[in-house]
Amino acid sequence: MSWPADPRIADAFAHLPDYFGNHVRVSLIALALGLALSLPLALLCLRRPVLRAAALAVTSIVQTIPGLALLALFYPLLLALASLSEELTGVSFSALGLLPSVLALALYSMLPVLRNTITGLGSIDPAVREAAQGVGMTPRQSLTMVELPLAMPVIMAGIRTAAVWVVGTATLSTPIGQTSLGNYIFAGLQTQNWVSVLFGCVAAALLALAIDQLLALMESGAAKRSRGRIAASALGLLVLIALAFAPGGGNASGAKNYVIGTKPFAEQYVLASLIGERLAASGMTATVREGLGSAVIFDALVAGDIDVYVEYTGTIWANQMKRNDARPREQVLAAVTRWLKDRYNVTVLGGLGFENAYALAMSKQRADALGIRTLSDLGPHSPDLSIAGDYEFFARPEWQALRATYGLMFRRQQSMQSEFMYPAIEGGDVDIIAAYTSDGRVAQYGLTTLTDDRRAIPPYDAIVLISPRRAGDVALAAALRPLIGKIDVATMREANRRVGSENAQTPQAAAAWLWEQMSKQR
Amino acid sequence: MPHPGLANFRIACYVRTMSAPAAIAFDDVAKGYATGRRALDGVTLDVHAGEFLAVVGPSGSGKTTLLRMVNRLSEPTRGVLRINGEDIGKLDPIALRRRIGYVFQGVGLFPHLTVAENIAITPKLLGWDGARRRRRALELLELVRLPADYAARYPDELSGGERQRVGLARALAAKPDILLMDEPFSALDSLTREALGEDCKRLHRELGLTTVLITHDMLEAVLLADRIVVMREGRIVADGAPAALMKHDDPFVAELMQTPRRHAAQLRAFLAGNGS
Repeated sequence: MSWPADPRIADAFAHLPDYFGNHVRVSLIALALGLALSLPLALLCLRRPVLRAAALAVTSIVQTIPGLALLALFYPLLLALASLSEELTGVSFSALGLLPSVLALALYSMLPVLRNTITGLGSIDPAVREAAQGVGMTPRQSLTMVELPLAMPVIMAGIRTAAVWVVGTATLSTPIGQTSLGNYIFAGLQTQNWVSVLFGCVAAALLALAIDQLLALMESGAAKRSRGRIAASALGLLVLIALAFAPGGGNASGAKNYVIGTKPFAEQYVLASLIGERLAASGMTATVREGLGSAVIFDALVAGDIDVYVEYTGTIWANQMKRNDARPREQVLAAVTRWLKDRYNVTVLGGLGFENAYALAMSKQRADALGIRTLSDLGPHSPDLSIAGDYEFFARPEWQALRATYGLMFRRQQSMQSEFMYPAIEGGDVDIIAAYTSDGRVAQYGLTTLTDDRRAIPPYDAIVLISPRRAGDVALAAALRPLIGKIDVATMREANRRVGSENAQTPQAAAAWLWEQMSKQR
Repeated sequence: MPHPGLANFRIACYVRTMSAPAAIAFDDVAKGYATGRRALDGVTLDVHAGEFLAVVGPSGSGKTTLLRMVNRLSEPTRGVLRINGEDIGKLDPIALRRRIGYVFQGVGLFPHLTVAENIAITPKLLGWDGARRRRRALELLELVRLPADYAARYPDELSGGERQRVGLARALAAKPDILLMDEPFSALDSLTREALGEDCKRLHRELGLTTVLITHDMLEAVLLADRIVVMREGRIVADGAPAALMKHDDPFVAELMQTPRRHAAQLRAFLAGNGS
């Protein structure tokens, strides 16, 4: 059979049971919780106009919070709760992944259900309600025998809206550590794997459509009193539940299962793959929590929700230690190592050997024409130029330092997804981008990085961090030590380029290539 | 000195109360609202067992409020209501409603239930089993002269008259002694109305009911009821047999009673004109 032999499609299908199962699981639990909260609340609101107004206002406000932000907000909240609970009761729970996702999505699902239930019950003909009273029904009987059945189509419409929203928004639970179909989208966006992005979108859309249709079938079955339809839709939902909770669909939770975290960009996926393979080679099992937000991943490591990930010294230096001075690589690495150990009992296993620093880059031609080589050269030209950076960049202390040191005053600055920065500079939409030194695309797009001649930005050595929980784990350290100091920036850049380029490789393939190169050096 | 006639009347009342309490008794019942408006303003009225009473009056005269008080859909702000001598204010309103049949003005059938389920709703609330409820629904379909195969239909598949027959059947399902009807025929065409009126009267007789019918149509009241009460602005302004009310001297009542007579005269004139 001549199936288009794109390895990315096969790769996407290989992940499907895991991603799909997790996605269905988080969606269904969130939806069930949302219903369990909003239906009783709607009934409670029925004869209490003040409560009704308050409930609708609050859920409407929740609705206006962007899904990603709402999900991300739940992580620190739960983290605080978890540590409080551990202090008070000794019971600790994971604030990463399922719990924050379920809570945020449940909250998200409440508005349509609440609003439609209130509207549905409120729009019942008063004559029918009076008849129910007149034939001798108690208020509860009137509700269950007459009002709820009559309002059911409107309520069901609300539930269906909520279901579609939850399934769609659940893709955003990836950055807070919940595996979902969003893994396809986040990883795909970062590695320019559009097949993966499309695959994730289509899968999420199909799932939303399927749940919507099953609920529609149940609704029409109830309206027409067709046992067949109700049974068919119940069967369909049961199949989904079975898929969601089937072993293998969830996290493989072995006793010695290591959890590797990644930030949402290509290099991190490649390195996580590499770490995973090294652990497997030493007979250990590992799962990957992909695409964690930068704000989440360090907390997750400290809390023990993940065991290992690759961080960059400058990030810890600036964001955690709040330092705004730049020091030589070795000094920063030593200071970060000491500080992490003392403060959080986080082990820095060592540097991988390359730096992935922020660097301002511009087209080589343009730089030559303007005679710009260093950031000091750039300063006077900056009012005529525009700059783009990723979502984090302009909020980071390094940006403040750069501006202060070199007097940068750009005509315009805009944030964008990192993989769109390169086409933007190529198309002339921006003049300068905040690129990454290990990014394969710097060379690919013919860019030149401007020298930080006055050392405003700290070094960004890639370092392997190990959680406090695994601090004394000799086997883990031994399995990963061969990686330390073995990756130079050119090799990393090439591995990243392989993932990001047109006929892209999977991060696994790039990781295998990387290991091959490292073995050759030896 | 008290009027001798009044004394006699009091004795008569006393004797009647002693022998058997009225099926429904209103004792100086009033209903006021916070706005100061009074829907009922001191109504005293006995409805005797087996009587077919029509309450007539213009809209806003308080007749529906009067009816709703009998099964406590509305509560008086003053006075006492008794059924067979029992103060209903002391009864459980739910249980009370289940033993009184009520036909609603807008029919009020439950659109998501079949005809049979609508009819047998009160028996269901009373805990009758399914087989008994089905039997009862079929009995009632026959009683209100609807085909048995209507049992499985839904209200929106019926005509207005058929729906009102189902409403009547539902009111009678739990074998009540009292039947309350709030303008049950007002939305129907005259032919349907007449047929249904006759059926009501027949059922009233056959089942030995005490029936209170609210209507604004004097002709209907005259044709169906044993006794007519005329209401105006929350008070009873006339009370008597239809024939007696024809000779009433209150101008408002006389005017009301004129309507059927005028219609009859018009009809006669029309027929005579056509006949010649």
